[in-house]
Amino acid sequence: MAEVANFKAIGTRPIRPDGVEKVTGRANFGADLNLPDMLHGKVLRSPHAHARIKRIDLTKAQAMEGVYAAISSADFPQEVTSSLSRNILARDKVLYHGHALAAVAARTPRIAEEALARIEVEYEVLPPVLTLDDAMREKATLVSEDLRTNDDENSPPSNIAATQRFERGDVTKGFAEADVIVQEEFRVPSAHQGYIEPHACVATSNPGGRVTVWCTTQGPFEVRSATAGVLNKTVSDIKVIPSEIGGGFGGKTVVYFEPVAVRLSELTGKPVKMVMNREEVFRATGPASATLCKIKVGAKKDGRITAATAWLAYEAGAFPGSPVGPGCMSVFAPYDIDNFLVEGYDVLVNKPKVAAYRAPGAPQSMHAMECAIDELAQKLDMDPIDLRLKNAAKEGTIAPYGPKFPPIGLVECLEAAKRHPNYVNKTSEEVGRGVAVGFWFNIGMQSSAEVNIAEDGAVSIMEGSPDIGGSRASMCLMAAETLGVPYETINAHVGDTESTGFCNLTGGSRTTFATGLAVVKACEDVIAQCKARAAMTWELDVEQVDWRDGQAVPKPGVNIDVEPLSLADIAKTMSRTGGPLLGRASLNAQGAGACFSVNWTDVTIDRETGKVDVKAFTAIQDAGRAIHPAYVEGQMQGGAVQGLGWALNEEYIYNENGVVENASFLDYRVPVASDMPMIDCEIIEVPNPSHPYGVRGVGETPIVAPLAATSNAVRDLLGFRINDLPLSPPNVLAAIDAAD
Amino acid sequence: MSNFGYVAPSTVEETLAVLQRATDQGQRTQILAGGTDVIVQFRSLDSSHRLFVDIKSLKETNDVRIENEHIFVGAAIPSGVLNENAELKALFPGLLEAADLIGSTQIQGRASIGGNLCNSSPAGDTIPALIVNSALCVIATSEGTRTVPSEKFVTGVGRNCLAAHEFLLGFQIPRPSAGTGDAYLRFIPRTEMDIAVAGAAVSLSLNHEGICERARVSIGAVAPTPLLVSSAAEALVGTTADEDALQQAAQACSDAAQPITDKRGTVEYRRKVVGVLCRRAGAIAKDRALSNRN
Ligand SMILES: Cc1cc2nc3c(=O)[nH]c(=O)nc-3n(C[C@H](O)[C@H](O)[C@H](O)COP(=O)(O)OP(=O)(O)OC[C@H]3O[C@@H](n4cnc5c(N)ncnc54)[C@H](O)[C@@H]3O)c2cc1C
Repeated sequence: MAEVANFKAIGTRPIRPDGVEKVTGRANFGADLNLPDMLHGKVLRSPHAHARIKRIDLTKAQAMEGVYAAISSADFPQEVTSSLSRNILARDKVLYHGHALAAVAARTPRIAEEALARIEVEYEVLPPVLTLDDAMREKATLVSEDLRTNDDENSPPSNIAATQRFERGDVTKGFAEADVIVQEEFRVPSAHQGYIEPHACVATSNPGGRVTVWCTTQGPFEVRSATAGVLNKTVSDIKVIPSEIGGGFGGKTVVYFEPVAVRLSELTGKPVKMVMNREEVFRATGPASATLCKIKVGAKKDGRITAATAWLAYEAGAFPGSPVGPGCMSVFAPYDIDNFLVEGYDVLVNKPKVAAYRAPGAPQSMHAMECAIDELAQKLDMDPIDLRLKNAAKEGTIAPYGPKFPPIGLVECLEAAKRHPNYVNKTSEEVGRGVAVGFWFNIGMQSSAEVNIAEDGAVSIMEGSPDIGGSRASMCLMAAETLGVPYETINAHVGDTESTGFCNLTGGSRTTFATGLAVVKACEDVIAQCKARAAMTWELDVEQVDWRDGQAVPKPGVNIDVEPLSLADIAKTMSRTGGPLLGRASLNAQGAGACFSVNWTDVTIDRETGKVDVKAFTAIQDAGRAIHPAYVEGQMQGGAVQGLGWALNEEYIYNENGVVENASFLDYRVPVASDMPMIDCEIIEVPNPSHPYGVRGVGETPIVAPLAATSNAVRDLLGFRINDLPLSPPNVLAAIDAAD
Repeated sequence: MSNFGYVAPSTVEETLAVLQRATDQGQRTQILAGGTDVIVQFRSLDSSHRLFVDIKSLKETNDVRIENEHIFVGAAIPSGVLNENAELKALFPGLLEAADLIGSTQIQGRASIGGNLCNSSPAGDTIPALIVNSALCVIATSEGTRTVPSEKFVTGVGRNCLAAHEFLLGFQIPRPSAGTGDAYLRFIPRTEMDIAVAGAAVSLSLNHEGICERARVSIGAVAPTPLLVSSAAEALVGTTADEDALQQAAQACSDAAQPITDKRGTVEYRRKVVGVLCRRAGAIAKDRALSNRN
């Protein structure tokens, strides 16, 4: 078990610094900014899933009263040929229904809409490629005529953009040793991140070529480099100011129209605002990949896994770049397996380019593996947690993706699950229960932080991580703990790309870990300066001064009779002791600790309608250290609900022409509050040795296990497995009827 | 910028005059009650110019009159207000539950059953419940009022029998006889904030021996308009509305349904589920009827 640490601030649950602004509606989100003389930009989107653009005629739109500019990809630097630039505005082909191909800026949003209707486009409609099976078959229609697998000049054009393969040991031998083998195929549909706030931005440019972009994003520095890339500018030409963000979940790590707004602003000399509506968000922004996963696992009678193989195909959408890589790397991550083989395929289809969604790639492949493990438990007549304990990865296990695990908390989570009253209480006849394990790597990357001390001792943190899940509160708590001052005296600010040091995006569950590390180090810098100033005041050596409970004190044994100097005391006189107190740190954080979880779902099923109701859900997860436990639980609960939505009702319904028929929250069914039980949480703390307080990222792992946990619960109750998601009423009823 | 006109007449006569004048001038009008369909549709589907005629503050459209033979319920009363009326709730629990299914608490502060019927969606939740209760639609016209049985009101998807210069005042519903009970159930994949994949309402009256003497069954979301299913009613009349009879009524509903496959459900699924809902609603209606026998 983790050592019991004696913290003052860490582990408490104070109100977040940005809370009042948000609950009173004062916080400014992406669409809230308006500038004088501002124009409104709108995008023309393809009515076809796949078509060649033969002609775009903008003249009628440009001629309209109130229209200031109408543009297409021809108005962008042609030497830039990246997928990103062709996703932002299509070049020669439109590749999915809703693909942007032209844009206008006008005095009002309505005039802009009307101008779009006057743009004439001539298409040669092509057959769309809509499924993995169609895309991967021989002689498939090609989404991109010049794409070759793994960029291999010698192979014929294909929809398979890339393949992966890694292995260990000898799977043939491993399967030969197995007493039981499970072999199954699983399909998981695309799911949208479903953030409540649609994409929005305002761009303004000056005649000297300098540009400012306000937008809702997880990564202002990434927006800056992406926008510079598409426009062939240098990053220093562009300043990006992030707004408050109304959810991202990975979907706000990419740019869709910021470069378009900049171009429109350059052409008109006015600020240009662009805001998507919900339908555009569904049709044109990245969902998670739909997948087909084939799993084979063999084990001895005692449950020890002898071999496993995974064949994983991920839809990339219209451009290469599905998260099949992390899907492959995570599929067997919770287990210590000697013999395995993993193959992955990144496959183009005529659908929007996929984007990251919480633990990108893991929910799909791990759904397959965790269902297969459940089948194995059935065949072996073993408790599903005991089977997992038998094979669980622990400190020292070589992860399937290469490194040796440092301390990790999977075994601790499994043991906590076995003891948990929700697990000890067996279910009644009408209730099915399913267990699954979740995992995510987490990342470190670059962060910077400045800690400014005001003349009254108040602490102001400046950092660059947009606050999606309460990270300002966590920064303040870590600063309070490090400096030894009250939480209430600290505030945290998210800067723009010119007011704070470089910072990678809020993603990969890195913020509390990596930006938190920078904040702690910046606080340590402040402490060092405070000690120096106390030493100066007391005419001591800096080595003779300690920092204890928020005060400079002489070290034990130093013979001097002085009152301790608090941060406020030192701040009061700072003009006389060397000027402002400002701590700084910048780093490329190493050692983000992997995060494991165990979840179980209890369900009932209406056998006449096929409706699955989630009656109870328990999430146990290793947080390393929960800086602000309420926000850790918030991540666990939010991820669970998103995972349950994916398992139960979320899916894109495409017609045969590749048009999404349910591009609204009415028919794209994320769970509503009354669909969900209370998500019970238990936080396990196995500290990450690479962080001063033991933090691991916690934001992504929670979405991984609910998919298989729910499938396994349905299997438990029905007595047979439904391999494919979603477990929506029509699908479940059809399976029940087929089984009768 | 505004793409609409707005008037809120204070009497029925004035409302009719406004409608008549606009119609004569070839101007498009639209009645506005709670606006929970109107405003959403105006924003997202069709924003062509029109004059909104707000009838939600008229005395007549807000009236509730509980009399010996009939009960009058104003067209514009919000579902939330209706559901606070204990007397109505005791008389027509199924109808009031249907109104209580609409949207959420916020939506129910505005959404009316008149608006639900006049929107004339195949999936409107209160329509089958109005039909099984034999509600007559009371329509204001320049000649006075005319009435139309609720099962005849809706004529197609989003279409109904109202002329441009008319509007709905409310519903005249016969007082249920002793031993009568009603119920409405719908199926949605979630718990709220969704559109019915299928719906079924049942009203039945039992005599002292517990024999069903009168029944009405109506189904929604499984045809272009809500349907009155007389074959299902016939399966119940003369029985004790036992399992067998309810199963036969369910089968009659599945047979009568003319569903389509769309994003909300398949033909097979809707056919099956509408029968299940009929059977379950029938059982609830029967329980209510039994407890209403005095
Ligand atoms: C979030 C949300 C959830 C919803 N959920 C449901 C649901 O679960 N079930 C459901 O059935 N509906 C649902 N609806 C639709 C809508 O709320 C209902 O149809 C509601 O009953 C409409 O009533 P209203 O008073 O708001 O009508 P309005 O929007 O004012 O009017 C609806 C239509 O009827 C016409 N009209 C209204 N009153 C009269 C009248 N007296 N005479 C003539 N014409 C009239 C209007 O011109 C318009 O065409 C939902 C809507 C929203 C926005």
